[in-house]
Amino acid sequence: MDPEAAKFLAAGICMGLGAIGPGVGEGIAASKALEAIGRNPEASGKITPLMFVAMAICESTGIYALVITLIILFG
Amino acid sequence: MNLDISIAPQVIFYIGSFPVTNSFFWMIILTLTIIIFTLILRYSFKMVPGRVQSLVEILLESGYDFVKSVIGTDEKARKIFPLVMTMFIFTLTANLFTYIPGQAAVVLNTTDGPVALFRAVMADYGMVFVMTMITVILVQIIAIMMHGPFGYIGKFINFKSPLSFVLGLMDIIGELAKVVSLSFRLFGNVFAGEVLGSVMLFLAPFVMPLPFMLLGLLSAVVQAFVFATLTLVFVMLASEIEEDTLVEQASM
Repeated sequence: MDPEAAKFLAAGICMGLGAIGPGVGEGIAASKALEAIGRNPEASGKITPLMFVAMAICESTGIYALVITLIILFG
Repeated sequence: MNLDISIAPQVIFYIGSFPVTNSFFWMIILTLTIIIFTLILRYSFKMVPGRVQSLVEILLESGYDFVKSVIGTDEKARKIFPLVMTMFIFTLTANLFTYIPGQAAVVLNTTDGPVALFRAVMADYGMVFVMTMITVILVQIIAIMMHGPFGYIGKFINFKSPLSFVLGLMDIIGELAKVVSLSFRLFGNVFAGEVLGSVMLFLAPFVMPLPFMLLGLLSAVVQAFVFATLTLVFVMLASEIEEDTLVEQASM
C-alpha cells in the first residue's frame, strides 16, 4: 500500500474509533444531569458546571485520538 | 487541499538568537491588554460602579463564590482564588481573542514564505504545557505541605499489603497522567477548533462556518472554565487530609 494512503487511512480509523467512547460517555453525563435538573430545577446552577467538568473529563480520550490524528496528518 | 496547518507555531522574527513565534507575539499583546485594562480599572474605581466595573465585580464575585463552594473554607479559597481566576481570565481572553474578525488574515512575509501574524495562544503546546506544569507542581507542593515529606512518599510507595503497593504505583501513573490529560485537553480543543474553522472555510466560505464558530465560541468558554476548575479540584483533593480515591478518577 502507498504510505501516503496508509497515513490517511490510519488518521480516519483513529478518529472514528476514538470518537465512539467520548460520544457515549458525554451522552450519559448529559442525560443524567438533565434528569437531575428535571427532578430538582433549583439545583441546575450547581449541576450545570459540574456536568461541564465531567463532560470535559469524558472528552479527554477523544481529544487524545484527535491529537494523534492531527500528528499523523500534519506532523 | 493546501491548508497551512502546523502543530508547532511558526517563527516570525528573531531577537538575537531568540525565535519569536506568532503565538508568543500574540500572547505578549494579550498580556499587555489585560494588564492595561486592569490598571485603568484599578485607578478608576468608584463607590458607585459604572458598567464595566460592575461587570468585573460580578465576574469576580461569582468566581469567588464558586471557588469557595468547591474548596470549602474561606481561608483556603482566599489563597487559591487569585491563581485559578488568573488562569481562567487568561485562557478565556486567549480563546476569545481568536474570534476577532480579520485578525487571521494578517500575514507577515518572512524568509520562509508568508506566516500568519496571530495564532491562538492555546494552540501552542508549549504555552499549555507551562500552565499545566504550574498546576501539577503546585499540587505536589500542597500535598507535601499537607502530608509531610514522608507521608507524601508513603502515599505512593507502601508495603502494608500487596494491594496497597500496586495502588500506590497506580497513583504515580495517575499523577503523571495529569500532565498529559490536562494539557492535551486544552491544546486539543483549541487546535481542533482552529483546524475545523479553516477546513470549513475552505469547503464552504459563506454561512456554513457560522454554526461551527458558534460551537467554537462555546467550547472556548467551557475549556477555559474546565481548565481552571480542574486546577481547583486537584488543589482541593491535595489539600484534604483524608485519603481520597477521587484522585484517580479526576485525573483520567
